[in-house]
Amino acid sequence: MSLELRNLYDDFRDPQTIKAYAKLIEEEAKKLDRSINIMEVCGGHTHTIMKYGLPQLMPKNVKFIHGPGCPVCIMPKHRIDHAYTLAMQKDVILVTLGDMIKVPGSKGSLQDARSKGADVRFVYSPMECVKIANENPDKRVVFFAIGFETTTPMSATLIDVVQKQGIKNILFHINHVTVPEVMEELINSRDEHIDSYNNQINAFLGPSHVSVIAGAKIYEKFPKEYNRPVVVSGFEPVDVMEGVLMVLRQFNENRCENEIQYKRVVSYEGNLNAQRIIKHYFEKASLFKWRGLGNVPNSGWRLKSEYSELDAEKVFEDVLPIEEIEDHKLCICGDILRGMAHPTECTIFGTACKPNNPVGSCMVSSEGACAAYYKYGNLL
Amino acid sequence: MRKSVALAAGNGGEENSELISGVFYKYFKNDILLKSEDAAVLEVGSKVAMSTDSFTVSPLFFPGGNIGKLAICGTCNDLAMMGAKPKYITVGFIIEEGFDYRELEKIVRSMKKELEINDALVVSGDTKVMPKGTIDKLIINTTGIGEIEKEGISSNNISEDDAILVSRDIGAHGATIFTAREGIELSSELQSDCASLYPTVKALIEAGVEITAMRDATRGGVAAVLNEWAKQSDVCIEVAEDAIPVSPEVFGVCEMLGFEPTMLANEGTFCLAIKQKDAQKALEILQKFNNNAQIIGKVSDEHKQRVVLQSSYGTKRFLDTPTGELLPRIC
Repeated sequence: MSLELRNLYDDFRDPQTIKAYAKLIEEEAKKLDRSINIMEVCGGHTHTIMKYGLPQLMPKNVKFIHGPGCPVCIMPKHRIDHAYTLAMQKDVILVTLGDMIKVPGSKGSLQDARSKGADVRFVYSPMECVKIANENPDKRVVFFAIGFETTTPMSATLIDVVQKQGIKNILFHINHVTVPEVMEELINSRDEHIDSYNNQINAFLGPSHVSVIAGAKIYEKFPKEYNRPVVVSGFEPVDVMEGVLMVLRQFNENRCENEIQYKRVVSYEGNLNAQRIIKHYFEKASLFKWRGLGNVPNSGWRLKSEYSELDAEKVFEDVLPIEEIEDHKLCICGDILRGMAHPTECTIFGTACKPNNPVGSCMVSSEGACAAYYKYGNLL
Repeated sequence: MRKSVALAAGNGGEENSELISGVFYKYFKNDILLKSEDAAVLEVGSKVAMSTDSFTVSPLFFPGGNIGKLAICGTCNDLAMMGAKPKYITVGFIIEEGFDYRELEKIVRSMKKELEINDALVVSGDTKVMPKGTIDKLIINTTGIGEIEKEGISSNNISEDDAILVSRDIGAHGATIFTAREGIELSSELQSDCASLYPTVKALIEAGVEITAMRDATRGGVAAVLNEWAKQSDVCIEVAEDAIPVSPEVFGVCEMLGFEPTMLANEGTFCLAIKQKDAQKALEILQKFNNNAQIIGKVSDEHKQRVVLQSSYGTKRFLDTPTGELLPRIC
C-alpha cells in the first residue's frame, strides 16, 4: 500500500477525536473559577483555529487571542517601501516569499511594482535565487528575506552558498524577526492609568515550527519569569485542541510550565546546525519596528558587518527611504495583537480595511487575525 | 529550422492565406466557413444563447489540455450552462510573431476534436500577428451561439427547494496550472479537468431533470460560483465540507501551498442547483460521466447572501469569494 499525504494527517483532523477533545476541554473548563485567554502567537495556529472554527468548540470561559505571528503582516511600511524601491531599480530582480508581494507599503505593493515593469518573483525556497542569479548574470538578484526562526536558516544557508560558490550577483535585504522578544513585549505592554488597557494574555500556544529550529527552550522564561504557561502545539486541529487542554490542565493542577504537545517534530534544544548557521551570518539588531506594535528591542536579525557587501540595505543605501512611517490612526491592530480588542471592534474592519486593500497588519495575510475573521467569519 | 509564424502572416496577403488554408481551414472546414464571405449566414431555429471569452494561459500546453481545447470548452460550456446546445463558433487568434507553426497546428487540432464533441462548427475566424514581445505567445477569443434546449435556467431563481451538486472532484485545473507555471517539480498524476460539458448537460435535460441553475466553476472556483448564487438569488447556501469531492493530488497541492480547493479554477466542472426531488436522479446521471459527482449542500435562509461551510464536528464558517492573485502562504 502506498502512503498518501492524507495518511499523514487524517488522524489529526478526525471529527470524532476533535469532538472528544472538545468534551475534555469543557470538563476541564468547568473546574476553573475564572476565564482563560490563550494567545496563539503563530499565524499558522490562527489559520487552523479559524479554518476549523475551533472557537465554536470552546467553553465560554476559554478564549483565543490571535497573536502577531504572521511574518508578512508585521512588516512595517517603510521596509516594504525598501522592497518596492529595490524592485524599481534598473537591472534588479527582487525575489521574496509568497504573499509578501501583495502587502502595500506607502508607495504600493510589490504587485504594483511588477505592473509598472519591475521584475518581482516569489519563490518557495530561497535556494531558487541561485538559479535566477545564474540565468541573469547581468542583473542583481535581491532576496527580500522575511519570516521568523522558521525561515531564517534558509536565508542563512543561501548566504552560505553565495559565499562558498562566490556568486557575485545576489544581495540580501534581511527582515527576519524572532518570537520570544515580541511575546515579552506583549506581556510587558501595560498602561499605568487604565487597568483594562493591560494585556489580557493568560497563557500561550507556542509557535512550533519556530521551535523545530530554535527549540522549545526559547519559551522557558514565560512560565518562570512571567507566570504564563506555554504549550508548544502542532498545527492540525487535533493538535490545537490538545494544546488547549494541556493549558487548562496546568491551571487546574496549579502548574505553570513550558510543555511540548507537538512532540513528533519539536525538541527542547531544536536544530543546532540551523542555530549555528544563523549565528554565523546574523547578529541581533537593537530594534525592529513591527507593523501595529512599534519598536521591539532585540527582535530582528541583520547581517553581520563583515558581510556588508551582500547587504542590500548598505549597497543601495543612497536610494532607500530612511524615514519610518506611522501606522494608520484608526487601525487598532496593536490592541488586537495585545489581546485588548477584537477585530470586529475596529471601526474600519470590513469597510475601509479589507483583505484586498488592507490598512493594518492584521488584515494583510490570511493568517492575520482580521483577515481570518473577515474570511471565515465568526458565526457565533 | 522549424517554421514559425511571420509578422507578414497577419497582413491579409499571401502569407496570411497560407496560414488560413494551411492550418485553420484544414481543421475547421465546413460549408459555412468555406464560403469565405465577409460574414457567416446562419440558420437558427429556436431561442439562442450567446457567449464570448478570451483565453490566455501559461503554459500553453498543460497536463490535460492546451489553450485551444480550453478556448472551445470554455465558450461551449458557458452555452451549455444556459441549457443551450453549442452550434456556431467564431475564433479569433492573436499570435506573437515567431510562434511555432507546429505548435499552432497542434492547438488547432485539439480545437477540432473538442468541436466534434460539442457537434459545433467554426463559422468565422480572424487572425492577427503581433510583433515579438508585445503579447505572450498566443491569445484566442471564441464567441459561440447555442440553441436553447431547456428554457428558464437562471442563477436568480435558486430557492430552498433546491439541492446543490458538483459534477466531479474540484480544483484540478487550478492546481495543474499553478504547479506547471511555477515549475514545481511534482511527480503526480494531476491533470486539468478541461472538458466539454454539453454531453453531460444533454443527458440531464433528456432525463427531464428539473434544473434550476448551472454554472461552470472557472476562475474563482466553486467558492465564487456559490457566492454569486447566494447573492443573485438572495439565499444562504449551506455546504457540508466533507461532501465536497477533492482528489488526493489536488488536496496535496493545496496542503503544500496553503490553498483551498474551493478557490481553485476548473475548466470542466460545474455546480448545479437541482430541485430536491430530482437531486438523486441528477446525481446518478452525473456519476455516469464522473464517479466523483456529489450532492454537497442545500439552500436555507439562515445567512442570506452568504455561503456557510459546515464541518463534521459541528463548527461552521463562511466560505468567501476569493480575492486577488493566488499566492502561497509563507509558513
